[in-house]
Amino acid sequence: MRRKDLHVVALAAVAFLAAVSLQVARDRWYPRDDPQREQVLYVRSGAALQRIVLSFDALAADVYWIRAIQHYGGDRLSGPGAQTKYQVLYPLLDLTTTLDPYFNIAYRFGAIFLSEAYPGGPGRPDQSVALLRKAIVAMPHKWQYYHDIGFVYYWRLRDYQSAALWFQRAAAQPNAPNWLAPLAASMLVHGNDRAAARFLWQQIAKSEEPWLRRNAERSLLQLQALDQIDQLEAIARKYSPPVGEQYSWSGMVRRRLLRGEPVDPVGVPYVVDPVTGHVHVSEQSPLVPMPEEPRRLQ
Amino acid sequence: MRAVRVVAVNVFRESVRDRVPYNLVLFAVLLISSSYLLGQLTAGQDVKIIKDLGLAATSVFGLFIAIFIGIGLVSKEVERRSIYSLLSKPVSRAQFITGKYAGLVLTLAVNVSVMAIALYAILGYMVWTEPPTIRAGWDAPGIDPALLKAIVLIFIELMLITAIALFFSTFSSPILSAAMTFGLYIAGHFNSELKNFERVVSSRAAAQLARGAYHVLPDLSAFDVKTEVVHGLPVTMGYMGSTALYGLAYVAALLLIATFIFSRRDFK
Repeated sequence: MRRKDLHVVALAAVAFLAAVSLQVARDRWYPRDDPQREQVLYVRSGAALQRIVLSFDALAADVYWIRAIQHYGGDRLSGPGAQTKYQVLYPLLDLTTTLDPYFNIAYRFGAIFLSEAYPGGPGRPDQSVALLRKAIVAMPHKWQYYHDIGFVYYWRLRDYQSAALWFQRAAAQPNAPNWLAPLAASMLVHGNDRAAARFLWQQIAKSEEPWLRRNAERSLLQLQALDQIDQLEAIARKYSPPVGEQYSWSGMVRRRLLRGEPVDPVGVPYVVDPVTGHVHVSEQSPLVPMPEEPRRLQ
Repeated sequence: MRAVRVVAVNVFRESVRDRVPYNLVLFAVLLISSSYLLGQLTAGQDVKIIKDLGLAATSVFGLFIAIFIGIGLVSKEVERRSIYSLLSKPVSRAQFITGKYAGLVLTLAVNVSVMAIALYAILGYMVWTEPPTIRAGWDAPGIDPALLKAIVLIFIELMLITAIALFFSTFSSPILSAAMTFGLYIAGHFNSELKNFERVVSSRAAAQLARGAYHVLPDLSAFDVKTEVVHGLPVTMGYMGSTALYGLAYVAALLLIATFIFSRRDFK
């Protein structure tokens, strides 16, 4: 390389470094991060988008899927506050599945997280069901979608009749596991109990998808915590605090009702209400928010 | 036949001289960097997305090669006036057109083959690094031979687009040829909308006109089976065969018309 060429290359490198430095400085001086920008969806019609992207609909679906994941993860990590929380999660998943109707994981992601109560999700089981119904139109013989609708009716909407109906439909599909039919029958008879919830989450925990498994494992720990809370409240009922004292773990330990301060399945101490003796999971526990305890049929 | 081969080999050499294979490096960089980034972003869908990306990139890169080289195949020779010396040799105009077309198709075949190998190599690496529990959740195997079905149809679609570009190149300027080829590419992907036009209009004449346009315009959406192969859905050999034959018949028709127009052109 000639000397003159080296000068040109060096000058180009300097100019490029100057551009990068200016960019870094400008971003520091004039921050452009706009939290609202991510919430914007310029095209909401899946049918229109399908035409715009020509034959690249699967790739466009991937882009919307990545956006849905980022939107969900970003909102979940940003903590409570903004009223626009998870605002475009459903439209993003709807666009993803319109562009690629066989995008199995987008339907299942929606089924779990759209229905999850705030702050874990937008708390919209209706949107979960709508997305799963769309999945059934695309793939009518996949028992998992019928099962997922049943699960949303059971776990989120507490509609055990509808849940049993969807579990029955799931059981009628090819390759459906044999536990679905007895589950549907038991749900019709007993409505709901924690054992059924545990069984359903255990099935989901067998999924190949790591994030589905993680969510199911967390729910199983919450169910374990609910069992422990029942036992601790039974102990608290046996314990009547001496006059002038309130309900406390130390008091129960002194009475030898407990061996030590009880902790939840992730190791955070439970909290006992000093006046009523009711036990609950600490606000510091990763298990919060706890699921609403399903009603038992009378 | 020899004349066709000589013209074709020259087109291929010229494309190599024009640094067309550089796009292969870009393709490889795109796939390798995406395979790393997607693992962090896609919640376990990286293999599906790499397949989508690989097939889409094969299609887009091929489209650009087909259009931007295809439109210059004839017009460049005319502009450079090398057409005079070429046609003074024992090469008929039909052989010239066929040779030009075959050369660009050869370039595309090499490109598509290398891209397919690169895609399989990346998928092989991903299969090797993923544990069996994750692999069990994939809709289709990581290294899926069925991907070749999509790649073959992409290649035939590119052959068709090359024929369209060459056809326009025989009687039009490069810019106009590019615009018209790109326009036909877009129209070809909307073509299936015209098939059942009578459902949305009451005029019988309009419906018949739309039906006629459906048959005349290239039906490019038929070549798109990317979604099906990525999800492991069946694409029958009957469908593959009939679509491939449709593409080849359309190419033959375009080349014959291009030859017809070109043989009547006066270069004085």
